[in-house]
Amino acid sequence: MGRYLVKRSVTLLFVLLGVSLLVFGFVRLIPGDPAVVMLGERATPENVARVRTQLGLDKPIYEQYLIFIANALRGDLGTSVLRQEPVTQEVIRRFPATIELAFGAMIIATLLGVPLGILSAVKRNSWFDASSMVFALTGVSMPVFWLGLMLIFLFAVMLHWLPSGARLDANAQYEPITNFILLDSLLKGNLTLFAQGLRHLILPAIALATIPMAIIARMTRSSMLEVLNQDYIRTARAKGLRERKVILSHALRNALLPVITVVGLQVGILLSGAILTETVFSWPGIGRWLVDAIYARDYPIIQGVTLFIAIIFVVINLVVDVLYTVVDPRVRLE
Amino acid sequence: MTTTTQSVGSVSTSAAQTLARPPRSLWRDAGQRLLANRLAQLGMLIVVFFLALAIFVPILFPYNPRIDSDLTAQLLPPSFAHPMGTDEQGRDVMRRIAHGAQASLGVGIGAVLIAVIIGTVLGLVSGYLGHTFDLGTMFVMDILLSFPGLLLAIAIVAIIGPGLRNSLLAISIVSIPIYARIARSSVLSLKQHEFISAAQAVGAGSGRIITRHIFPNSLSPVMVAATLGIAAAILETAALGFLGLGQQPPYPEWGAMLADSVKYLTSGAWWVVLFPGLMIMLTVLGFNLLGDGLRDALDPRLKNR
Repeated sequence: MGRYLVKRSVTLLFVLLGVSLLVFGFVRLIPGDPAVVMLGERATPENVARVRTQLGLDKPIYEQYLIFIANALRGDLGTSVLRQEPVTQEVIRRFPATIELAFGAMIIATLLGVPLGILSAVKRNSWFDASSMVFALTGVSMPVFWLGLMLIFLFAVMLHWLPSGARLDANAQYEPITNFILLDSLLKGNLTLFAQGLRHLILPAIALATIPMAIIARMTRSSMLEVLNQDYIRTARAKGLRERKVILSHALRNALLPVITVVGLQVGILLSGAILTETVFSWPGIGRWLVDAIYARDYPIIQGVTLFIAIIFVVINLVVDVLYTVVDPRVRLE
Repeated sequence: MTTTTQSVGSVSTSAAQTLARPPRSLWRDAGQRLLANRLAQLGMLIVVFFLALAIFVPILFPYNPRIDSDLTAQLLPPSFAHPMGTDEQGRDVMRRIAHGAQASLGVGIGAVLIAVIIGTVLGLVSGYLGHTFDLGTMFVMDILLSFPGLLLAIAIVAIIGPGLRNSLLAISIVSIPIYARIARSSVLSLKQHEFISAAQAVGAGSGRIITRHIFPNSLSPVMVAATLGIAAAILETAALGFLGLGQQPPYPEWGAMLADSVKYLTSGAWWVVLFPGLMIMLTVLGFNLLGDGLRDALDPRLKNR
């Protein structure tokens, strides 16, 4: 285990180095002078010179990269060109919104996906199985942003049941502690604020949850079917256990192993989906910030956020791999 | 004597019949299994319909989006004259959807085609050669896989500029590692087989072994992944279009159509959002059904997985 961890971590370091080189190369690949492209109409010679100095474009390329790496290692992801804010600070401020959204989506996806998969496997080839698998396949095929828009239309515009965007009402009194609204409101014992945050979270979380839910349901079903065919399940039935116990405590425990990996691997889908969901629901997370930065051609933000998301993604994938070997001792480490 | 000849004759005719029967190849069997699968049939039907839309509509009904607006017919709900309503510029939504099929499917299929060719070649060669080339290629693939797919595509388009051609390029770059990995892993398992050793023993070169022996045998997993990949690529095309990074106005593309009309949703114009999104979902569903069917057909052992 120790050797495996060391090996994986070393590989990870090299991959991250490559990632940083790629992200660094992004801005240098812009045709023409990035400073001019970024400034657009405001590209007076003074402004161009200022941005070039700020981005370090006047230094030799290897020096630029070393500075970029050194800064990134110290947690400095650069400074926004337009608003002069440090990117790291803004990421810290906005990332909780994205986590809250992704977490809500993951809870919905797991709580609906796993039971759906179990029931489909148990009632194999029934109408329930067929319709829930068609439902799952439709879910995987869903454009997240479109689903979000339709949810807004139905539940916000037509029925007025839920808000159409943002994390809180415009007039809400909220002093951030951790920037996790649900957590902060509980810490302060403010249940009205908690309820409001929850109401704002429901629609975007459902939109973001659809694809992972469908994948989890399909995976749970196939994994359950495989386990239900095994001899020890027949033995459990033969010795007269109730079907409920056979399914829930004998089959499910083994069937859930691959599902755990699948749940972990949804992180990429959640992060990609968050970019779209946050745009549709005016959700002030890092995904929406990235999109705004692209419109504004604020390259340091694009660079910083991309690097940040890649690091999160790679590290979580490693953690999922390691966890999997912990829960399933049969998996050999290589 | 006569009886003997007769019996010999009858044996030889039945042998001849057996020989004359078309050989049952893997592909033929798979094709039959695919055609017998209800869901795959539905998938094929959807795919063929949208392919026909993408290919024939631009030929049969030339369309100039620059002169299409009709300011007397803005945001009309669906009616007999406009079955899917009109948009904020008075353009018929159904006509724009029909013309948008070319952009969405073209980019989706084109991007996967490029990625499959580059990825398969990279995977086959690096799996067969191993050593430094393999390490280098897989390292680059690992780097590309370190980004959630859509994020990398967005970043690439943000750098090289928005537009349909650039989104095609971005989506194909992002998809290359998928096919490289599949091709490589099938080479690694095929390399252990005796028929490869046999080919090496009779003096076949690496190029011949890769193209004639390994490539045909690694084709089926790549085909399945490519079909499912088209579904994903169409979703990514639409997402880039929706973010304003894909097809630029006034040209129609389903994702971009949604982006143009989003602001009219709150005033109740549901049709400008419902129909383009529905088309994206249907097309993607079609390719997903076909891909699933293809997987079951090519490897029946995997059924129900």
